[in-house]
Amino acid sequence: MSTIRVENLCCTYGAKTPFEQHAVKDVSFTIESGDFVGLIGHTGSGKSTLVQMLNGLIKPTSGNVYVDDTDIWAKPKEIRKVRFKVGLVFQYPEYQLFEETVAKDIAFGPTNMGLDEHRVKERIDKAAKFVGLSKDLLDKSPFDLSGGEKRRAAIAGVIAMDPDILILDEPTAGLDPVGRNVLLSQISQYQKSRKNTVILVSHSMEDVARVTNKVMVMNKGEMAMFDHTQKVFARSKELTSMGLRVPQVTRVIDALRSKGIDLPEGILTVDKAVYEITELLKKEGRL
Amino acid sequence: MDFITANNVTFSYIDEDEQQLNTENVKQVLDDISFTVKKGEFVALLGHNGCGKSTVAKHLNAMLLPTGGMVYIDGIDTKNEDEDFTIRKKVGLVLQNPDNQLVASVVEEDVAFGPENIGVEPKEIRRRVDLALKAVDMYDYRHQPPHKLSGGQKQRVAIAGIIAMQPQCIVLDEPTAMLDPKGRDEVMNTIKKLNKELNITIVLITHYMNEAVSADRVIVMDEGKILIDGTPQNVFSQVELLKRHRLDVPQVTELCYNLRSCGVEIDTLCLHTDECIEKLLEVLR
Repeated sequence: MSTIRVENLCCTYGAKTPFEQHAVKDVSFTIESGDFVGLIGHTGSGKSTLVQMLNGLIKPTSGNVYVDDTDIWAKPKEIRKVRFKVGLVFQYPEYQLFEETVAKDIAFGPTNMGLDEHRVKERIDKAAKFVGLSKDLLDKSPFDLSGGEKRRAAIAGVIAMDPDILILDEPTAGLDPVGRNVLLSQISQYQKSRKNTVILVSHSMEDVARVTNKVMVMNKGEMAMFDHTQKVFARSKELTSMGLRVPQVTRVIDALRSKGIDLPEGILTVDKAVYEITELLKKEGRL
Repeated sequence: MDFITANNVTFSYIDEDEQQLNTENVKQVLDDISFTVKKGEFVALLGHNGCGKSTVAKHLNAMLLPTGGMVYIDGIDTKNEDEDFTIRKKVGLVLQNPDNQLVASVVEEDVAFGPENIGVEPKEIRRRVDLALKAVDMYDYRHQPPHKLSGGQKQRVAIAGIIAMQPQCIVLDEPTAMLDPKGRDEVMNTIKKLNKELNITIVLITHYMNEAVSADRVIVMDEGKILIDGTPQNVFSQVELLKRHRLDVPQVTELCYNLRSCGVEIDTLCLHTDECIEKLLEVLR
């Protein structure tokens, strides 16, 4: 399993022109193997630039990216191998489906890795199972699937490369609530069973609060926070000033706490809130 | 007075991807839908992916015409081709991705694009553009290039472009799906303001239940049919039914609902954050 370490990473677009823009400024961090990290930040905060540097799609202007202590740009000709190790699922990945059948589409990545036919087949089945695509869909054209199924097929295509580090850029955008929940649970189960590193870029604070154990906050190209999920969402005021929010249920509990109700800090989900409130009422003998 | 009237609307198309063109390949997207929207009303339209919401939206400005039944906009039959432009002036459409809707390289020019196209006088265009940009709080950005704006700002410029056409109704199809939390708040506040202050009729399609609670009325669609049509209070109290149809309720509503099923006495299922805080204070104090 892999750790990913970043030192003084900078990315400047249009350097030395009037349009010079510092998309990522001097960012350093280490993501341990097995972490499930939520990456949040306002639009234009540098999230997408950052994740594209992590798998070598964008070369940093300065600074280094290490995967398992190896500088990914040490041998620029082998940068492709990094992309098998660090899999990136783009926003709206269903627009990138292109093959005749779902199975062939999922096979694209593993085939390019040079795996033999038998192993590719295994990878397809496993990846399809992980994202919850039923077997009968594999022989269909990806363009005949529903929106949610297309999204899952596209994600399966990256999972099939069996990357040690999986990065998903807004995987649930545009999905209905149940589609969102199902996909999130599947990603979460995948992460737990594979014990690999997952980075989830999202604008949904509720989603991030539900599944991640750590959260990184980007603000105007800089890393503003990187800590355990509960600790980050305890900093409600700072998050708001950065154009972000805490989950609605957390806002309610925080307000109750500030009015003197004896509830613990860092309640991020409805289930947890229900549990703590009923416990409190039981303790006081009112339930 | 009804602004939108849909009477027994059906919409179907033949799936041409399939080789055999027989009747079995006719896809029924809308199945006998009837509803009305009053002038100045704010209606939220919910439903899972593929339930036909966007198809309804496209019927409201004659981009699609019903296969069966009738759609009237301000009394005009959308099937009347001569009235296409009148209808599109009355009903503006805002889509999910702001980047697909902005055409010019300067914000104010983008907003002027619509009125220019329908032959509005230059002086009047100037006036409308300023008014529209002020209405969405983007007047200070009028000389900026759109690509330098944040997602929420871009989407508000797209809305300004619609307002400059002086429509009586704006239909928004998931306008906040690609925005960050602040951008979502900005766009929602703009929508509410347009509805309250300029009395513009709003039809908002969304997957965010927190946005739907701001509406006067919520219509829930399922498989091309209308499942529920009622006030947010009424619709979101049917937690089980919504979940069965791939939808959700706001977190605070779910909190109240789950607490109630644990035996906590909560008389109403809250829809808004402040309301929920008040209610829980009553219970816990």
